[in-house]
Amino acid sequence: MLDPAGEATRAAAERLGVEGVNRLRIGKAIDLEVEARDVGEAEAKVQKLSDRLLANPVIEDWSLDIKEVAQGGEA
Amino acid sequence: MSVGIVVFPGSNCDRDVRWALEGCLGLPCRFLWHGERDLSGIEAVVLPGGFSYGDYLRCGAIARFAPVLEEVGRFARGGGPVLGICNGFQVLTEMGLLPGVLTRNRGLHFLCQSSELAVEPGQCHWLRQYQPGEKIHLPIAHGEGRYHLEAEERERLEGEGQIVLRYQSNPNGSVGDVAGITNQAGNVLGLMPHPERACEAALGGEDGRRMLAAALA
Repeated sequence: MLDPAGEATRAAAERLGVEGVNRLRIGKAIDLEVEARDVGEAEAKVQKLSDRLLANPVIEDWSLDIKEVAQGGEA
Repeated sequence: MSVGIVVFPGSNCDRDVRWALEGCLGLPCRFLWHGERDLSGIEAVVLPGGFSYGDYLRCGAIARFAPVLEEVGRFARGGGPVLGICNGFQVLTEMGLLPGVLTRNRGLHFLCQSSELAVEPGQCHWLRQYQPGEKIHLPIAHGEGRYHLEAEERERLEGEGQIVLRYQSNPNGSVGDVAGITNQAGNVLGLMPHPERACEAALGGEDGRRMLAAALA
């Protein structure tokens, strides 16, 4: 899958003088704070969001990383 | 009996489409605000170009959840004619009414220029008034118009005659030079070029007239 923005950025890395960057792809990171009873429930919610809203399965893969925080707290 | 033109926050070709349909072709129109659900009296729907919901997340990704599109989806699945232009095409792919996705142009630039297209043989409601193989000129104006679909599914689309508009000189890197595709039933058309900007001689061309005239034909 062609990533022209990633390719342009890779070319800029070369102009900066950093050699050996063979591949540079640009994606997205999305931070969510989700209320759930347990990790399983949080995972199910984020999975549904990722499949149906946050990512387009035609061209995008996704993975998730869950951290537990106290209610209203900061990770 | 009128043509519904969907208006999202961020649409910017809605009034151009209305001018082309009503002013140039004499077809009655009604704006359909994104929160509306009433499609009574609507015989065809146009999703115009622009930047629906700021194109946040992905082009068309948030528009897909607009209440009016639930009704438009039902209308389309029931065989009602639906035309998605530019951002409207992006919305149709996000809705799943058309396969594939529109991504960033190969050259990264926003392209605003004329494009020559071939009308491919196929059963599309919106292209009935064109000859198969006919070459037409329509303007393009997009930053994310590079059509992508995996090879296997693209071959299926080719076989079914669903790739109905092709660039003669590919401006954005679309696979297979795809400029527009239709669904299996032929009532839904999505295209990146702007037919509404080619409906009167003063704008430099009239090749879009027959496409928009098909709304109520």
